[in-house]
Amino acid sequence: MKTSTPAGMSRRHFMNHLALGGATTLGATHFLSTLEANAAQVSRDQKACILVWLGGGAPTIDMWDLKPGSKNGGEFKPISTKGDLQISEHLPKIAQEMDSLSVVRSLSTREADHTRGRYYMHTSYVPNPTVVHPTFGSVASYELGTKRKDLEIPSFVSIGGGSMSSGFLGMAHAPFVVDARGQIQNANTGGMNKQRLEQRLGMLSTIEDGFIKSGRGDVGQAHKDVYKKAVNLMVSDQMNAFRAEEEPAEVRELYGSTPFGNTLLMARRLVETGVPFIEVQFPGSWDLHQNVFNTLKDQRLPLLDSGISGLVRDLKQRGMLEHTTIVVMGEFGRTPRINQNVGRDHWATSWSALIGGGGLQGGRAVGETDADGLRIVSESYLPGDLWATVSHALRIPLNTVHTSKRGRPMKLANGGQPIQDLIG
Amino acid sequence: MLRRSNPIRFAVVAGLMFFMHATAGNVADAQSAKAGAEFTTGSSDPLIEFVNLQIRQTWEDNELKPSPSANDAEWIRRVYLDVIGRIPDADEVAAFLEDSDKTKRSKKIDELLANPDYVRNWTEIWTNLLIGRNTPDRTSRSGMRKFLRESFARNRPWNEIVYDLVTAEGHYEENGAVNFILAQLQGNVNNEDYHVEATAKLTRILLGMQVQCTQCHNHPFNEWKQNQFWEFNSFLRQTRRIDHDKYDPESGQDVDDYSELVFRQFGGPVYYEMRNGLVQVAYPKYLESEVSPDAPNRREELGKLMAHDDPSHTVAKAMVNRTWSHFMGYGFTRPVDDMGPHNPASHPELLDRLSDEFVKSGYDVKQLVKWICNTEAYNLTSKYNSDNDFDNPSAGEVPLFSHMYVKTMNAEQLYDSLLVATNADQSGAGNFQQAQQQRQRWLQDFLRIFGGNDEDEPTLFSGSIPQALLMMNGPLVEKAISAEKGSYLYSVLSNPRFRSDNSRIQALFVSALGRFPTRHEQSQLSGAIKRYPKKLTAFQDLYWALLNSNEFIVNH
Repeated sequence: MKTSTPAGMSRRHFMNHLALGGATTLGATHFLSTLEANAAQVSRDQKACILVWLGGGAPTIDMWDLKPGSKNGGEFKPISTKGDLQISEHLPKIAQEMDSLSVVRSLSTREADHTRGRYYMHTSYVPNPTVVHPTFGSVASYELGTKRKDLEIPSFVSIGGGSMSSGFLGMAHAPFVVDARGQIQNANTGGMNKQRLEQRLGMLSTIEDGFIKSGRGDVGQAHKDVYKKAVNLMVSDQMNAFRAEEEPAEVRELYGSTPFGNTLLMARRLVETGVPFIEVQFPGSWDLHQNVFNTLKDQRLPLLDSGISGLVRDLKQRGMLEHTTIVVMGEFGRTPRINQNVGRDHWATSWSALIGGGGLQGGRAVGETDADGLRIVSESYLPGDLWATVSHALRIPLNTVHTSKRGRPMKLANGGQPIQDLIG
Repeated sequence: MLRRSNPIRFAVVAGLMFFMHATAGNVADAQSAKAGAEFTTGSSDPLIEFVNLQIRQTWEDNELKPSPSANDAEWIRRVYLDVIGRIPDADEVAAFLEDSDKTKRSKKIDELLANPDYVRNWTEIWTNLLIGRNTPDRTSRSGMRKFLRESFARNRPWNEIVYDLVTAEGHYEENGAVNFILAQLQGNVNNEDYHVEATAKLTRILLGMQVQCTQCHNHPFNEWKQNQFWEFNSFLRQTRRIDHDKYDPESGQDVDDYSELVFRQFGGPVYYEMRNGLVQVAYPKYLESEVSPDAPNRREELGKLMAHDDPSHTVAKAMVNRTWSHFMGYGFTRPVDDMGPHNPASHPELLDRLSDEFVKSGYDVKQLVKWICNTEAYNLTSKYNSDNDFDNPSAGEVPLFSHMYVKTMNAEQLYDSLLVATNADQSGAGNFQQAQQQRQRWLQDFLRIFGGNDEDEPTLFSGSIPQALLMMNGPLVEKAISAEKGSYLYSVLSNPRFRSDNSRIQALFVSALGRFPTRHEQSQLSGAIKRYPKKLTAFQDLYWALLNSNEFIVNH
């Protein structure tokens, strides 16, 4: 165990809150001193995945799989890209990065209800009364996060809102939720100085140790362990990863200088810190039952375009794209038929997701729908296949099996298979 | 509503300090010394004797010596948390410890069952079980609560409550019982999965049977076949939800109005697919009782069978097992709602007898609670020792109930207990309405951050970093230790009876943990307090530490 050195306390984050002079003595406890003085610079080639969640269900027929000439085609035209496929004219910046990204155009996922679809696309399993399946971020946290000993912050972060439950993998792998500005609720000690925090923790330790020694089982120690992690988090340098605003202006501009862009930038910083899975909630709903084209053209698509293209370029420039998989999707697509309110309704039969990075093939359109977008005319894919593809990129063995609380074996990604066109 | 501190509180605590040090240990020792003989809380029900004998028999069979009785301080905190969902405040602790009546435990159990917080607590527990902590779309939590509150307040027979939950129809606020099934019905009514969730929940929660695995396949270990799930399912096919919308002139859009559970035309059998692709039929059948598919209202038939015409008392057994588990940390089966031939009970005679007596009592829930709380097992300390440390169900052993198992407080217990210990909602509050609003905000924080897993066993600690952060730095605890006028901390620090450091430390321990500090704690903590430049800060931090401690958050 490390003893008291000023180095352990010289963390910038901590200093921001503390009005400290020189070195101070540590209290009776070693809560803070267990931190390594210099958080290891986490190498950038650790595998990670960033999921950008388009909540509400995006009209992928207007984004990734356009149907010019069909009555379902809508108002947008396709444009050519740097990859071997066309996408919407309102995603011109992403078009410039499409050599790094691919579109899976033949998802067929049966669940067209928001809650059920959200569950299915996050977990690869349809809701089942016997068990709560972990969202894939929790799986990544369980498989990869636990092995990253230098990581002082949680290994599954959800930015801008909640993801789904960690299910039977337990609370340790639940999404750690921060708001779009990277604020962590209750992580700030409100300007308390270090000495006082030490004194508090010292008294806490006296009481906790007494209970642990009283011979009542493991609960007391488990509680103390969680508190230790929470204190580590409060004072860790790695918390800087949440501060996208510290990036130079030109980097923020790359992402569009929008709140959404900043959340993606935060995701990149978290990947650099060693966090294996980050989910970013797109701000604004894609549940466009009415006025779909104007909303897309004026609001959703420009934001998405600048953000995602910036993320890809930035990761590429830093040599991180090879190790970082990007998935962009929501709970389902939207009806090819345009309704009387110039909207599109829920549709899970034939839709698309964007995926790339992590060593996967870019520039490809995988799978195909018919001329009206109503049916799949190629092999179709399930969420399990998408997550199996991500597992492949993250080097999580596909034969991994987790065990539910009732002892039932659960296959990784529900036994899905990596999409050959993407890993080939 | 929760009890508030009152002026006599401090007097009692102060007077108690001397008394307690002199006697608390001795009471426990005296009790443990005679534990081998006839244990009693003061209640003289022969059924309790029977339970004690049965449990003792398993101790003997396993060559195990039980832990001694819990001392009064340990027991009073436990029984408050279990029966009324919050810790006792300092004067409630003090009054109980001072009481020299030999039958005081049994009297306290009766008293708590008459406390309005009993109704509040059981309403919350059952609302969470029946519809979950996160209310599903278009389900009325207030309707569900109202139905349960009225039922528990009148101590309605459990089988009648169950009958209502199974058969209710109508508006989700006018007839709150509908919300149980309503909560499980989402999606397209013509989809064959529409009633699957309701089938699974109803059998699991009210009958303690996990037939849902047989939705897709025969049970791997027992004689339950796939048809059993669909037989239950066929009872529920004649029901659906209707969601009513209304026009909102402000937004110009239709918005949610209300929902109701209504009868749906459905006749004949249910068809389901076997794994090999064969299609089978299932008719409404409850355990051994077949019901004509032409019965005018299948749910009513199911309700009658469950509540009145089941010779094996499945509803009663499920309730006894669940209630026992609520108090003891573990039921007679694990999981508590997976009873059946494949999962034999740890104490079958005991479960059967308690269930029979529960039926004979007229499904009297309060009576059931009384029986359990007056048993010897419920009155043991949670400390184990070398003679019974192998009685450790968290390691997978069959529970022998030779010591109390430690439970973690749930979100509601923790929140209410924090208010009892701190008066945080009274602290510096401008008026009643402001205080209420603040209370509501804090509660939402707590439910969001602590209320994650509805299904976890209570003995598991599933703490997370956000939970620890909320407790360490959150607004409720901050307010609780602010020492503003009205807060408990203020009352202690400003009370002339508590002038010495030691007496203040003791008062804070009693309030937070329901006990006095040990000699070691006393010396460590008074030393720590002396190192503070300001006394106020020192006691704020001590109270912070007490409220954040593992001991505070567990029920032991």
